[in-house]
Amino acid sequence: MAPVVDQGSAGPLFQELKGKFARDIRAGWQEPPIEVIVIAKNSVARVARHLRDVLGFDALMDLTVVDYLGYPGGKKPARFEAVWYLQSFGSGRRVRLKAAVPDTDPVVPSLTPLFASANWLEREAWDMFGVGFKGHPGLKRILMYEEFSGHPLRKDYPLKEQQPRVEQIHPGVPPFGARPKALGGE
Amino acid sequence: MKRPPSSAVPGSLEAPVSWVATRLGDAVAWGRKYSIFQYPFVTACCGMEFMSAAAGHHDQDRFGAAFPRFSPRQADMLIVVGTINHKIAPVLKRIYDQMCEPKWVVAFGTCATTGGFYDNYATVQGIDTILPVDVSIAGCPPPPESVFDAIIKLQEKIQKEGWEAVQSLRRHPSIGRTVPPRLRPAEWRRW
Repeated sequence: MAPVVDQGSAGPLFQELKGKFARDIRAGWQEPPIEVIVIAKNSVARVARHLRDVLGFDALMDLTVVDYLGYPGGKKPARFEAVWYLQSFGSGRRVRLKAAVPDTDPVVPSLTPLFASANWLEREAWDMFGVGFKGHPGLKRILMYEEFSGHPLRKDYPLKEQQPRVEQIHPGVPPFGARPKALGGE
Repeated sequence: MKRPPSSAVPGSLEAPVSWVATRLGDAVAWGRKYSIFQYPFVTACCGMEFMSAAAGHHDQDRFGAAFPRFSPRQADMLIVVGTINHKIAPVLKRIYDQMCEPKWVVAFGTCATTGGFYDNYATVQGIDTILPVDVSIAGCPPPPESVFDAIIKLQEKIQKEGWEAVQSLRRHPSIGRTVPPRLRPAEWRRW
């Protein structure tokens, strides 16, 4: 991927990181009050450690994944995108790190050794999107049950596919909204 | 009220027996319908409205019904309040199985009744797919008046199934170990 860098709107944090991690920083821009930096996925642990130890970003506020399968807004470099939100309680600055994650290798480094708050967030991202986190101490499902197969927030998971765990005593129940035959339904 | 089939001619010996049995069924059903102990299975925001209906503000116990027991073994009305997802469905089923006969199930609110707008991978599309529901309460959340309406309807239903319930318990060889068959009106789901 060719680096797309809008130097005009790139913020001070981008300049600083670009100087230290030249090869890992792909793009950067500002969406006040937050600064966005696109990085290579395998460098997130290095970049986050630098942000935490040197620049004072001491909290991982959120971590999530976006599935861009069938995205209408233009071509994306990869199917998934992992997103991390870091905040500095000292200066009040916030930064959003983004990294393209290809479908063929959906694994990114875990931030759990750096931020304890990443533990359950990474488990949720794994549960919902099937993106693995290398180095996580116990990557297992957190919301869905163990025998659930698939990852429900992936765009190719069927919208209303259910995996019941209890015997259905009344399988003939029509889906919600269906009209009974007597009222002209099918 | 359904009476036991009898070919008794009025004035013959069988008629008083049948009459006594029917009255007995009525009496047992009358006792049951005014001593409902409920087990509230509360999972979601409907619980707020349930608290309002159950506690001092509206006080559903003034109908002689729905005093909460927090052990399913001491309860005979399972009131399912809130969204039931597939993760918790086995727990709900197990709670139901732990209750002694006779037992009744009330689905409180849209989510418990149909799944509501959670038509997705996670949510049970109405607890009547896994449990025999006696009364469903519509609303998101239902107002207390709907809850009382449901309780009164359940009491009517208990009164109607009185004699059959007594018979089914009496006929059953092993009360306490195996549950007798459920009594369910044929029209509980019309389509």
